[in-house]
Amino acid sequence: MDDIDRHIINTLQAGFPVCDAPYQQVAMQLGLTEQALIERLQTLLDNGTLTRFGPLYHAELMGGALTLAAVKTPLDRFAEVTEIINAFPEVAHNYARNHALNMWFVIATETPEQIRHTLTAIEQKTGLAVVNMPKINEYFVGLKLEA
Amino acid sequence: MLDARDRQLLEQIQTGLPVCPRPYAEIGTTLAMPEAEVLERLTQLKQQGLIKRMGVIVKHHQLGYRANAMIVWNVPDNLVKQLGRQISQFAFVTLCYQRPRQAEWPYNLFCMIHGKDRETVLMQLEQLKSSCDLARLDHNILFSRRCFKQRGAVYQPKNPTSLTHG
Repeated sequence: MDDIDRHIINTLQAGFPVCDAPYQQVAMQLGLTEQALIERLQTLLDNGTLTRFGPLYHAELMGGALTLAAVKTPLDRFAEVTEIINAFPEVAHNYARNHALNMWFVIATETPEQIRHTLTAIEQKTGLAVVNMPKINEYFVGLKLEA
Repeated sequence: MLDARDRQLLEQIQTGLPVCPRPYAEIGTTLAMPEAEVLERLTQLKQQGLIKRMGVIVKHHQLGYRANAMIVWNVPDNLVKQLGRQISQFAFVTLCYQRPRQAEWPYNLFCMIHGKDRETVLMQLEQLKSSCDLARLDHNILFSRRCFKQRGAVYQPKNPTSLTHG
């Protein structure tokens, strides 16, 4: 990844136009040719630097639901519990964190009821209490992991 | 709010936009929808907020962001909104939410800092504390030790026929 790639990533994190020739528009802004932008973007996607290039949906407005949940996992069961939780397709992210509540995961479902069902299913399969922390308010942040 | 055509369109692009000179025309070809209609519908979906934004989704690990900290605060209820707005202004804060307190979890304001390393994140935390007068508030910093799973939320349009069992 060189400076031009970094510039592309930083620019495209801010957004992508909806118009007939969007790559041409972005390329002009970056001082690149349309073809160079397309080739570099494809490479960044192919080599895994970028996960995805496309829309970010507002899950709740789509009728879907999200929540953040955590469990206290006994250390000797860590691998087993990780496997159980990650096997749920509703689990979008799962991180180990340094706290008594040591496993934190995000659940994304099509409907709010499915959140409840998933939490219950995780409790049943792991035998652990799941702490549910749905958001009450979201404060706006721009997206800005500078490459 | 969403009609069947919108749903088809959202489903079609959820895995990514085509990387070619006329991406929206290509989507239109797949859906038998004119390019102009694709553009019009996407513009509306953005205006309505259903599409938060178009753009790249980065793997923060790949960009060298190896320290991912969740910082949680126990903030008096009447100050949550004000502090949430203040904290979210900092460029290094990547998410900021109010969440409910729990029995053994007194924290109600959550923010994420993605940093290149722990030292940087800890310095940014100090900056946050002094700028927002947060040092007096009970807080905790939870670094992630490992990412086990990371995927984007996938939109799955409901298919009414799948609800009936003929």
